[in-house]
Amino acid sequence: MDPSRKRRTRLVVALTCAALLAVALVYTSFSAASEARQPSQLASAEPGKTYQLTGRVAAGSWTHEGTEHTFRVEDRAGGGPSVPVRYVGQVPDPFREGREILIDVKRSGAGFEGQPDSLVTKCPSKFTAEPKT
Amino acid sequence: MAVLVAVAVLAIASPLRGGEQVSHDDAAQAERTELEAARDAKYAEIRDAEMDYRTAKLSEADWRGMDRQLRREAVALLHRLDELEPEP
Amino acid sequence: MVALAGSVCLAAALAICLYGIGASLYGVRAGRRDFVASGRRAVYALAGLLVVAMAILQMAFVRSDFAFELVATHSSTTTPLFYRVTAVWSSQEGSLLLWVLLLALWSSLILFMTRRRLREVAPYATAILLGFGAFFCALLVFLESLFAVLAAPPAEGTGLNPLLRHPSMMIHPPMLYSGYTLFAVPFAFAIGALVTRRLGSEWIRSTRPFTLAAWLFLGMGIVLGARWSYMELGWGGYWAWDPVENASLMPWLTGTAFLHSVMIQEKRGMLKVWNVSLVLATGVLAILGTFLVRSGILESIHAFGASTLGIPFLVLIVVMIGGSIALVASRADHLRSEHRLDSLLSREAAFLLNNLVLVALCFVVFWGTFFPLISEAFTGEEASVGPPWFNRYIAPLALILVLLSGIGPLIAWRRATAANLRRNFALPTGVAVAVLVGLIVGGVTGSLGALLMFVFAAFVFGALGQELVRGVRARRAMSRDSAPVALVALVRRNRRRYGGYTVHVGVAVLFVGVAASSAFQDQRLVELRPGQTQRVDDYAITYERPTSRLVAASNGRLERIDLGARLQVREGDGGPVRVLETFKSYFPSTDASLGPISRFFEGEATSEVALRAGFREDLWAAVAPDIGRLRPRIEEGDEVFANATELSREDRGAFLAEALRGLSRSYTDSPPPATFRFIASPLVTWIWLGALIVFFGAGIALWPAGAGARRRATATGLARVARELERA
Repeated sequence: MDPSRKRRTRLVVALTCAALLAVALVYTSFSAASEARQPSQLASAEPGKTYQLTGRVAAGSWTHEGTEHTFRVEDRAGGGPSVPVRYVGQVPDPFREGREILIDVKRSGAGFEGQPDSLVTKCPSKFTAEPKT
Repeated sequence: MAVLVAVAVLAIASPLRGGEQVSHDDAAQAERTELEAARDAKYAEIRDAEMDYRTAKLSEADWRGMDRQLRREAVALLHRLDELEPEP
Repeated sequence: MVALAGSVCLAAALAICLYGIGASLYGVRAGRRDFVASGRRAVYALAGLLVVAMAILQMAFVRSDFAFELVATHSSTTTPLFYRVTAVWSSQEGSLLLWVLLLALWSSLILFMTRRRLREVAPYATAILLGFGAFFCALLVFLESLFAVLAAPPAEGTGLNPLLRHPSMMIHPPMLYSGYTLFAVPFAFAIGALVTRRLGSEWIRSTRPFTLAAWLFLGMGIVLGARWSYMELGWGGYWAWDPVENASLMPWLTGTAFLHSVMIQEKRGMLKVWNVSLVLATGVLAILGTFLVRSGILESIHAFGASTLGIPFLVLIVVMIGGSIALVASRADHLRSEHRLDSLLSREAAFLLNNLVLVALCFVVFWGTFFPLISEAFTGEEASVGPPWFNRYIAPLALILVLLSGIGPLIAWRRATAANLRRNFALPTGVAVAVLVGLIVGGVTGSLGALLMFVFAAFVFGALGQELVRGVRARRAMSRDSAPVALVALVRRNRRRYGGYTVHVGVAVLFVGVAASSAFQDQRLVELRPGQTQRVDDYAITYERPTSRLVAASNGRLERIDLGARLQVREGDGGPVRVLETFKSYFPSTDASLGPISRFFEGEATSEVALRAGFREDLWAAVAPDIGRLRPRIEEGDEVFANATELSREDRGAFLAEALRGLSRSYTDSPPPATFRFIASPLVTWIWLGALIVFFGAGIALWPAGAGARRRATATGLARVARELERA
């Protein structure tokens, strides 16, 4: 094979590999992703599907018995419905009522079950003045 | 603090105080430094090839061939450097 | 008054940036060296002004001058001195100032070093660097209020977020920013080289130390962040594929690719378009990284909510991308390769493959990070992918990368023959196979990925060990030095090569640690009463008793309450018993509407992790005390204080201290069960060790060759080539 054909073949092979990787990436990302929802959007949640819930921990809603925590999450902007979440595990240090959190949840009966180790509390803002609860 | 500021202002404003320096030979100087960089890179290649040979990555025959080739290229670069105007 | 001086500094800084851009561009186009020099001095002056601005701010923090709003909201009298100094950059405004200050310092350095060279390219680079400077200064002058003054300064500041009270966390931003700003240097010079069509090796050679330093600092910043996460946060992990973590990783990946592919350009004049694109992409990604942390466009543990800075940054990034593409496209004829790839069996091919893997890694990280925005654009729903998705693609790519880092050094430049390959691959492959057999026999077969990583790392160690031994032997054959002397001489004369080899060893060690700690970790989350025991891996951990402590700050005020646990750990069946202590620190809130006692439990809390780090395995323990049981006493105490209004200030203080002491005693006297997280992770220490080896290797590569060595190299080269001339 003359050099220029060899080079072209190599290029084609390389591009094909790249394309395959890209397709795999794109396909699996859409299927493996969990939708981000705020509590007001969870009314239409399908059971068995995992959602990434973002919102604020409602004031006065946090109780816990050992490693089992229950709290309600409301929309970041406040007002609107709040959803009950049950989470088994350790809550992160910054976790507080009134703080913004991220948690993967699945519908469980009337409420939602938090997936293990998926609870993340957003760093209380370093950059903007934080309203104290 | 005020002294620092004064010095800085003077230094920065130097072109506005007259003292024109027109640069005619920047292009030639750039040529020269490009060639010098290429030459140094070529020397490094020659040394690297010898290193590869001494650590058994190249057989002697392969190395001798490569070494000759690299030296030819280095000579060509040196010739081009000589052809440039001498540094002022 | 002083604050006004600070604001004046910032305004002057902006003005000087704009002047410098104009002077440099005019100077280079009109051939006026004095204007170019003036532009360069403008950079020095910028650095000076920003140093003054930073100094003003630092002094305010150190003095706890709460007239400065920034100090009042980010520091307090109880904050230790070290953290008061570093609190400057814990704020949005302060971190922007740090960024542009570092940019000015590095820019001054490179422009000073190249003041007599690169006369065509440097002025454009100056303009670009000052352009960045102008952008950040404009942000500080118009959109942020760095030196805002409070009309009524409070008596006490809000304090530094206790999560940030860790040395790593304070050094992490300067390291990261140094990395980002240092990457601006090759970016600026690449633009200059493109504009002036001076696309040979000179701009690369001059900026190489900065590219390497950028890579080093950014790497250190990333590792520091990982270490902080592991040791300070309560989840015991070091990497979460969080968008902000990813933002710092992406420019590091493309920077690594660039450092390799640039060697191909220097040797063979190939890959010019690729190289210039890589360095431009790295610069864009560095700005993107700076932007992501403060834009609020992605949900992240670090996201600080939408801020006003998102749009300006986005505009800057679009301009950078658009300008870069336009420049590269219009200079395509100057970027043609001088040679072609001779053979797939060559070091060039290995480097090229390494580049492709690194770019693929960067693409995976990029896609996963921005997926919420991508999915929203395509499906209308914002969806995100988690660590399992990332790991699925990163792991195999990382495996290939490690293997390549062992293969590359074994192949010659230009062309390798089968016989050479056999001779060079025999030993490393043997080592790898031996390790494979050993691991299988030893039963370490739980994870294929981890097994492969161990085997590939063994290959790397074998390959680089062989290189080192052969190099020393070759040197001794020429100079008859003893082995240690030969080793030192060898490394000194081949800094880049052996520095690079050291980095590869470090990377292999690091990935072994990552693989082992990911695949073979044992983690338990349990609730224990005092006296109960939990088994984790080979350890038996007993919750011996609860602990409590009141901690005063340096000025006598109460800084925090620590509630925790004392643990006894027995390794194996008859091993020694060790004691571990872990606790949670409760810092008071400054919210005056809360009762004086409950204030302590409504503020911030941090975990003090108990870590028994070992070469073989880490045992990690954290406790979450159940303060719910203390609530009745807390509320009771608040009520008592609410009613005791006729007490004097000192008496209140004394009563408060007594009440808190009683509270903490009640925790230890009748402790509720506490929740513990125990993690036994093998080889985590290898991650930090590997990182140190990487930094050491980068240091070797960065170490400047003495002027004598350079003269010697040129003279030797000249002599040899002269022989050639005679022959010719």
